[in-house]
Amino acid sequence: MEAGEEKSKKAGGECFYEVFEEEIHQVIVGNRLFKFGERVAIGASGGKDSSVLAYVLSELNRRHSYGLDLFLLSIDEGITGYRDDSLETVKRNEVQYGLPLQIVSYKDLYGWTMDEIVKMIGLKNNCTFCGVFRRQVRSKFLHSIPSLSKFLQNRLFCFMILCLVEFLKALDRGAALLKVDKLVTGHNADDIAETVVLNILRGDIARLSRCTSITTGEDGPIPRCKPFKYTYEKEIVMYAYFKKLDYFSTECIYSPNAYRGFACEFINDLERLRPRAILDIIKSGEDFRIATTTKMPEQGTCERCGYISSQKWCKACVLLEGLNRGLPKMGIGRPRGNVNGDYKDIKARSTAKTIESKQCGSLDF
Amino acid sequence: MACNSSGCESGCYDREKDNGSKIVDDAVSGGGNHESVCVKCKCNAPMTFGDGGFDDGRFCADCFRNNVFGKFRLAVTSHAMITPSDNVLVAFSGGSSSRVSLQFVHELQIKALKNYEASRDRSLPVFGVGVAFVDETAAFPALSTEMIDAIEWVRYTVSCLSPPAKDLHVVPVESIFGSDSLDARDRLLKLLDSVPDDTGKEDLLLHLKMLSLQKVAAENGYNRLVLGSCTSRIASHVLTATVKGRGYSLSADIQHVDARWKVPIVLPLRDCVRLEITRLCLLDGLKTVELACRSQCGINDLVSSFVALLQEENPSRECTIVRTAAKLTPFYFNKIPETDDSNVPMATQRRLKRFNLKYDGSMTTEAFCPICNGPLNRSDSSELDTFEEGQESDVLYAACCSSCRFQILPQDGSSLEQFSSFLPDHMISQVKHQKVDSQAYLREKIKDCLLLDDEEVV
Repeated sequence: MEAGEEKSKKAGGECFYEVFEEEIHQVIVGNRLFKFGERVAIGASGGKDSSVLAYVLSELNRRHSYGLDLFLLSIDEGITGYRDDSLETVKRNEVQYGLPLQIVSYKDLYGWTMDEIVKMIGLKNNCTFCGVFRRQVRSKFLHSIPSLSKFLQNRLFCFMILCLVEFLKALDRGAALLKVDKLVTGHNADDIAETVVLNILRGDIARLSRCTSITTGEDGPIPRCKPFKYTYEKEIVMYAYFKKLDYFSTECIYSPNAYRGFACEFINDLERLRPRAILDIIKSGEDFRIATTTKMPEQGTCERCGYISSQKWCKACVLLEGLNRGLPKMGIGRPRGNVNGDYKDIKARSTAKTIESKQCGSLDF
Repeated sequence: MACNSSGCESGCYDREKDNGSKIVDDAVSGGGNHESVCVKCKCNAPMTFGDGGFDDGRFCADCFRNNVFGKFRLAVTSHAMITPSDNVLVAFSGGSSSRVSLQFVHELQIKALKNYEASRDRSLPVFGVGVAFVDETAAFPALSTEMIDAIEWVRYTVSCLSPPAKDLHVVPVESIFGSDSLDARDRLLKLLDSVPDDTGKEDLLLHLKMLSLQKVAAENGYNRLVLGSCTSRIASHVLTATVKGRGYSLSADIQHVDARWKVPIVLPLRDCVRLEITRLCLLDGLKTVELACRSQCGINDLVSSFVALLQEENPSRECTIVRTAAKLTPFYFNKIPETDDSNVPMATQRRLKRFNLKYDGSMTTEAFCPICNGPLNRSDSSELDTFEEGQESDVLYAACCSSCRFQILPQDGSSLEQFSSFLPDHMISQVKHQKVDSQAYLREKIKDCLLLDDEEVV
């Protein structure tokens, strides 16, 4: 890595962050991530990746006259005791960086908070792990905007999918609500390399062909960009340290290694052996020869909310319907029996009022 | 259960589902295992290996063996790996995978011989089989005593697998450096010493072994080289290639057939996992020899440990990895080159049509890395065009893939020049050949432009 060599030759923090910022700038310009005048939402969780991203993007926008209308976009999942703390960090970032902040909550979008969802699931299943996965949810969400890979190895696979699906959908819907042109997330090189490895392990050829794209969803309502695609996580931490940036981080009160997935440890071991392996994995992901004839899930729209979906109903609507009907397990795991029949049944009953379920949040977009 | 073929997609999930429910049933029945019978034939008592495998205690000895051999035979016939007129060289390292591949090839040969003797017209000949063992003493002098013992054991093992008789070729890894043994050994050691990266050194030695196998196969009239790579080995290779930035060439290495070499390489055990092979060795009393484990500290060993860990957690993980990689587009050379040989059995032709394997036949001008023989991505090989009068070592650098440049080639100029002087002649000649090809391509391009100009004038 030429930049890496160049970096090692210079001494001190000042040269480091100059090189760091220039690299990000080259990634943005080289990949034509933005156009002049675009309104860009920065997905902000209060963690180090998004805090550094907000700061750097704001600096580069000013220095190189990108002409972008930047603002911070945060999601409030409604996790008591932690999300409110991280949102306080984002509010401070709003003042420090001079960027407007928009907070969208699960409550506003779906009518449910994660606390309420957890409570519902816990009661239905008499789940003795309630405290365990609530704590996991907190520690996972608070580090950074979650990437698929960080959760997939967890034993509570279904629940994590629930949180993840809803979080990502909320992010997109929040951006759609606010009429933005682009959405940027703080996924770094380590995240993307981890995703490549996990998609190989899981046999997901569809995701494997697109998980290294620096811009995804260009056909959808709002493209999603990852300016930190080639940036190591360690560099982000160093940059935050040198710039004394304010970000929220917490470690699980149990052993930090207890909850790390296999792939995450593997990536870390690789990086120790050969630091450039992270970028090599990304290069492999970009170079894979995947035939266009390989069958990919067809993209359509959800019948209910119009969002992108390969099924009749998108995952969020299925989960939401399950919650509203008092069936929180619906949409989790593989459907049993006839999928079409199930959906027809759902559709038939959707007009009927159910007394025990809560009032549905507004889904009119 | 391991997947039978890379072609079946939905079938795999059904089978995995069945396995899942089967495991649950076993758990529920508990003590009922004592009364159980073989899942397949329903009459014999199932075997128990006690190795912690997920499907322990499901099959009897015969059904298990037939299942593994069936996958081998299906791979051989479906990809035309061995036909009656072929002369096959089996690479044998003493490990369990190559031991099983040797045994299975031998059994195929016996059956072919019986068919030949039984048929009246004797129209189909019996394919020939030879065995090759690579002697790595020069690279690891500390292993010389063990290597001598291993070679004696290999001789004995091969002599037991007759009739039909099989030639054994003990190939010193330094043989590709020339016929002078001392000089060749010296060059090998200097070459390996000039690679500082542990993983790069391992990979370079692997490439040299492949070259020596190809050399002995070509010189002795073999037209197929059988490797014993199993699913587990290929799963590790998928991840190591990904980690080294070789995503482009990965699909070339994991197909059943690899005909980019002079002698095509076939992997008949590609669909069998190591656990099955280990069990088969125990079952049939196939002895193996494992040379002293060298203390590995590179990326290859890290990936192997990782895959083994995943396999313990999920028994079908290795198959999932290989199946994912099998969806990458194969190269044009990932099939047996078509000949006018009408001896190909009709059944094989039908199977080839049924599988309808899709190959990328358009890129027939693929360039290859001279060290690892991996196909080069367009962006990797573009540098080759810029060198016209450059030094030999500079041309070598430009011709290599980015992975070999990083982990095998020395970084500074003088070391690189020295390194290229140690390389086997075959690799050097490949670089020169590639350069000539590139220049010829440029000349044709210019010629086309000139013709266009002439037409304009007219």
